[in-house]
Amino acid sequence: MNCDDARRLLHAYLDDELDAAGSAAMAAHLDGCADCAARCREHERLHQALKQPGLYRRAPAALRERWTPRRDTDAPVAQPAPSRRPLAWAAAAGFAGALLLAMPLYHAMQQRGATADVLVDEAVSSHLRSLQPQHLMDVVSTDQHTVKPWFDGRLDFAPRVVDLAGAGFPLAGGRLDALDGRSVAALVYRRRLHVINVYEWPAAAAGASAAQRESRRNGYTVLRWTDAGMHYLAVSDVDPAALREFAADLRRGAGTGDAR
Amino acid sequence: MPIEAPAAVPPPPPAVGARFEAVVLPWLDAAWNLARWLARDDADAQDVVQEAMLRALRYFDSFHGGDARVWLLAIVRNTYFTLRAKALPLEPLDEDSHPLVDERATPEALTLLAVDVGSLRQALERLPPPLREALVLRELEECSYKEIATITGQKIGTVMSRLSRARERLRLELAQPARGGATP
Repeated sequence: MNCDDARRLLHAYLDDELDAAGSAAMAAHLDGCADCAARCREHERLHQALKQPGLYRRAPAALRERWTPRRDTDAPVAQPAPSRRPLAWAAAAGFAGALLLAMPLYHAMQQRGATADVLVDEAVSSHLRSLQPQHLMDVVSTDQHTVKPWFDGRLDFAPRVVDLAGAGFPLAGGRLDALDGRSVAALVYRRRLHVINVYEWPAAAAGASAAQRESRRNGYTVLRWTDAGMHYLAVSDVDPAALREFAADLRRGAGTGDAR
Repeated sequence: MPIEAPAAVPPPPPAVGARFEAVVLPWLDAAWNLARWLARDDADAQDVVQEAMLRALRYFDSFHGGDARVWLLAIVRNTYFTLRAKALPLEPLDEDSHPLVDERATPEALTLLAVDVGSLRQALERLPPPLREALVLRELEECSYKEIATITGQKIGTVMSRLSRARERLRLELAQPARGGATP
């Protein structure tokens, strides 16, 4: 690949839109060409800068309110009118009122699952905090046999530390963090210039497992799952597909003997 | 009381069904983000999103599964360009009318100076709409090239070249913040 090709394909490469052969050719060229590598780093920096939450515009509350059905507006109508109506009407109105009053609660509960997940918010905040200077790692090592023992005595459980360098997600280190009201192990992996934080902490039930769930916040993807009694939460700004691939590799690794 | 006679009567709340609420409403932020970046103005974005949501509601019967975000974003950008064409019939949309700096001549030594939110916002707003749109969809909305192609009705190759032009241009803007001023 020459520099003209590299220039043409750089953005598709950064966006993970090249096929494996193209990606490999690009990486090889970047290894050998200082100019293209510098250009690549500039665009990585620009890409990171565009992740700043301040750039994403959120819908104003008034607009959201207008488009959210108002189930409670009918409620006052359904309140029993005083004394002029027969008792049966009052009872019926009371029943209808109870239904109507219960509806927003029901919908609020349904929506909470989709939009207002505190844990996801907390994880994204923690991920952002970890990206500030000096916050990312307490133990810096690409070796799982260094990172895992570091947690001994610092946590009341032994986190599983998997080596995923072969899959393109080298381990960078670990640190203690707090999530969901408890101390958790935070493992830092990298995908090119992106950082992936993986949080691990024990589930309440020993053998608990739960299917993988995906959420997005401010351009960050959050994946959660529970395997063999351990909660996992991975958060990153990498492409969601890459994060899913990472999670699949991690789960495979943690399930086999690789986790030490 | 003067308060009882507002200058502009807000439109009556639309009749939103539970399915529309569950499928489309979660993407209101995405709709607003795209509209606000395209329109660069709260009041215009308000008009665009309001109109786009009404269209979405009207066409909702024809939405048969698939990615509701992509579907809604396509409506938002089409609404924006329709409303814009009505308001400003003479201003061409094609980015070719905006003279671009020769990207190939960019000195490699040029480094990004300021990447704070304020500078980025100004630089993004100075990009011509087709480039701004591609960049907002990719970087802020994290759409894949295929999704962007669906939303904008373009070929993937076009998406790719617009993104690379948008980024090179943004990089130039950020490296020379004093150049030209903020003429829209």
